[in-house]
Amino acid sequence: MSIVLAASTALMFSLGTYLLLQRRLSRLIIGLGLLGHGANLLLLLSGGRRGVAGIVGSTDGKVIADPMPPALALTAIVISFAVTAFLLALAHRSWQLTGNDLVEDDLEDRRIALLAAAAELDDEELEVAAAAADPSIAPGPIAEAQA
Amino acid sequence: MRRSLILDVVVQIVFHSTLLLGIFLLMTGHNRPGGGFVGGLVVGAGISLRYLSGGIDEVRRTVPFRPWTIQGSGLMLSATTVVVPVIAGRSVMEHAKFDLHLPFYGAVHINTAQFFDLGVALVVIGTILMLLVAFGETMPSLNNPYRRQESDR
Amino acid sequence: MRLLLPLPVLACLFGAGASMAFGRQRNAQRAIGTIALSTALVAAVAILRHTDAHGTAIAHMGGWDAPMGIALVADRLSGLMAVVSAVVLLAVLVFAMGQPGTEQEQPSFHPVYLVLAAGVFLSFLTGDLFNLFVAFEMMLTASYILITLGGRLDQVRSGMTYVVINLVASTFFVVLLALLYAALGTVNMADISERMHTLPHGMRVAFALLMFVVFGIKAAVFPLFFWLPDSYPTAPTAVTAIFAGLLTKVGIYCMIRTQTLLIAKDDRISRFLLVIAGLTMIIGVLGAIAQNDIKRILSFHIVSQIGYMVLGLGLFTVAGIAAAIFYALNQIVLKSTLLLVGGLVDHGAGSSGLTRVGGLARRFPILAWLFLLPALSLAGIPPFAGFVAKLGIIRSGLDAGQGLVVAVSLAVSLLTLFSMSKIWNGAFWGEVELVVEPEDGPTARWGATVPMLGATGVLVAVSVALAVFAGPLYSLCERASTALLDPHDYLRTVLP
Repeated sequence: MSIVLAASTALMFSLGTYLLLQRRLSRLIIGLGLLGHGANLLLLLSGGRRGVAGIVGSTDGKVIADPMPPALALTAIVISFAVTAFLLALAHRSWQLTGNDLVEDDLEDRRIALLAAAAELDDEELEVAAAAADPSIAPGPIAEAQA
Repeated sequence: MRRSLILDVVVQIVFHSTLLLGIFLLMTGHNRPGGGFVGGLVVGAGISLRYLSGGIDEVRRTVPFRPWTIQGSGLMLSATTVVVPVIAGRSVMEHAKFDLHLPFYGAVHINTAQFFDLGVALVVIGTILMLLVAFGETMPSLNNPYRRQESDR
Repeated sequence: MRLLLPLPVLACLFGAGASMAFGRQRNAQRAIGTIALSTALVAAVAILRHTDAHGTAIAHMGGWDAPMGIALVADRLSGLMAVVSAVVLLAVLVFAMGQPGTEQEQPSFHPVYLVLAAGVFLSFLTGDLFNLFVAFEMMLTASYILITLGGRLDQVRSGMTYVVINLVASTFFVVLLALLYAALGTVNMADISERMHTLPHGMRVAFALLMFVVFGIKAAVFPLFFWLPDSYPTAPTAVTAIFAGLLTKVGIYCMIRTQTLLIAKDDRISRFLLVIAGLTMIIGVLGAIAQNDIKRILSFHIVSQIGYMVLGLGLFTVAGIAAAIFYALNQIVLKSTLLLVGGLVDHGAGSSGLTRVGGLARRFPILAWLFLLPALSLAGIPPFAGFVAKLGIIRSGLDAGQGLVVAVSLAVSLLTLFSMSKIWNGAFWGEVELVVEPEDGPTARWGATVPMLGATGVLVAVSVALAVFAGPLYSLCERASTALLDPHDYLRTVLP
């Protein structure tokens, strides 16, 4: 019982992490959901041995399961329900605005990409200028030498 | 939008019993499985059925209040229930129970935690309504290339 | 105490409910928000006075005693943080009311802002680790909504990063709770503190590291900070200001609380925290220097300044933690003020990009003063509170024999001054350059509307007051720090 639960926790964490690294928002949200469920399952596991529900008058002297972890897990589930709904709304909004569900590049990434593009442009211009100055030199070797 | 006759009829039949189940879960929650959150969710599920059969207009006809009002009053009710015991000299969130004898109805067992649960249920119902309103109708969007598709449905 | 401790949280939650119910009447919403936060402020001051006079205070919720039920616990640290937070929350709310845009257009601003406030207060006041998780989620869910209010594309993009990072942090928090419960069978902080020594040393270190990661993401320390400068600047000004001032400091508060109460002093953890502190300071300030927009520069400074507080915590001495607490209080006020000024510049000149605006000191002198005072304080120039805070950190660092990290902090302080002078040169000196000429009367004259200027002015006044009353305040911080490092009073109050 416990081993199955522990194994499924591990599986959910690994799948969740994998999905989290994807670029599609829908996969990302599913990945986050899996991570959250894995954590909740872990919370459930932390209660120790299995037993009957600890409701007064219904236990008949049997071993009672620790009622605390389910209570904690329930709270965590409710919270992740709300946040997942919000994430879906955000993904919907993103789809409305851009028409796809890819994660956009962030500002610094775009700035660095621009810089790189500018640097490449400079190289080409350099080559053109060099070729104009001395027609015997082909543009290729200069680029190789610079690299 | 095309409506399905079977769905409409089934929703008409099921809707009220869903509400009753929700209220039952809400009332029974203190000592048995159930409670404000579950009760609210079941009522919300009933309202979602209405949405499935007749769209957002049907939901508006069913629930005359705005989602904000429902959610806000629920939160206020819960917060008040939390404070009231302090005024009576107990600690926060503590609850009391008492038995009433109503005419024509008989003995009623009231627990003040019930009002907290009622507040929770209202918040949940408000949230679900809010979700339906937010996603149920075409959102006003900026330069949305998919807008026409959405309204074609 | 029974009513006083939960009052800040309950006032905000009740206010949120009322504010929702009155979703259409803006003036009613404004009145409700102001009343709720004022109540919270009064309650927080009362809590601080009580805890300073009588030590730790406790309120059992639902009449259940501590390890079983959830208890709200306040000591001097919680009181101090709650008071300063309430002041800043109130001032920023007034600012938001004066700013055209978010608050006027979105009926959801007020309720969500109040829920955020409730979450912040509950984080400071709770004595239960799971309740802390709930408080965090209240605060974070509200912050998700606030950061994307308006739904512009850049907001959705940066909001996505913010939400995903924080969700991963929350998942780690649940994992931490699960493992702690499995190991110790309790989530009450005092109870954990008493049982922690039964665990093997390696496990304790592992828990310390897990807590560091969970709260470090919130506090934006070195390897975990990258989401912050990306997401904060896109939100509306008032929202950025409150996030910058409060949310990271809630993370710092939790780090101080958990590392002192739950984990006993450990040389390896201490050294680890010092290294992290140094790296956070350097990377943050270097990032700030590379930026060209006021709000983005200030966002990197948030990260850099977090390093000083981690430094104070990492020393694990009374003086070090006292300095860290004073630093945090000062930073809450300073960062909110500076970002509000960034918003004022944006509002008055049409942009907060340094290359696009200029000469604001000539055009809007009030704005220049409002920026100059907190900026000098941030850079640690005497006689401002920032100087007192930095001096405290440096002296306690030298006393503990950590010369290297102190040297780093001094260098970072210089770079901070450089970065502030960059903003000053770019936006306030030079030829008058405005992207958009303001049209409404007060903005054309002073650069902003009266409530915006008033709220910012009050915060500047508070930051000056922190310098004026630095003596008594610092000794209060020292008392708080002494109680943190010797938590007998805390433990005896929670578990009699």
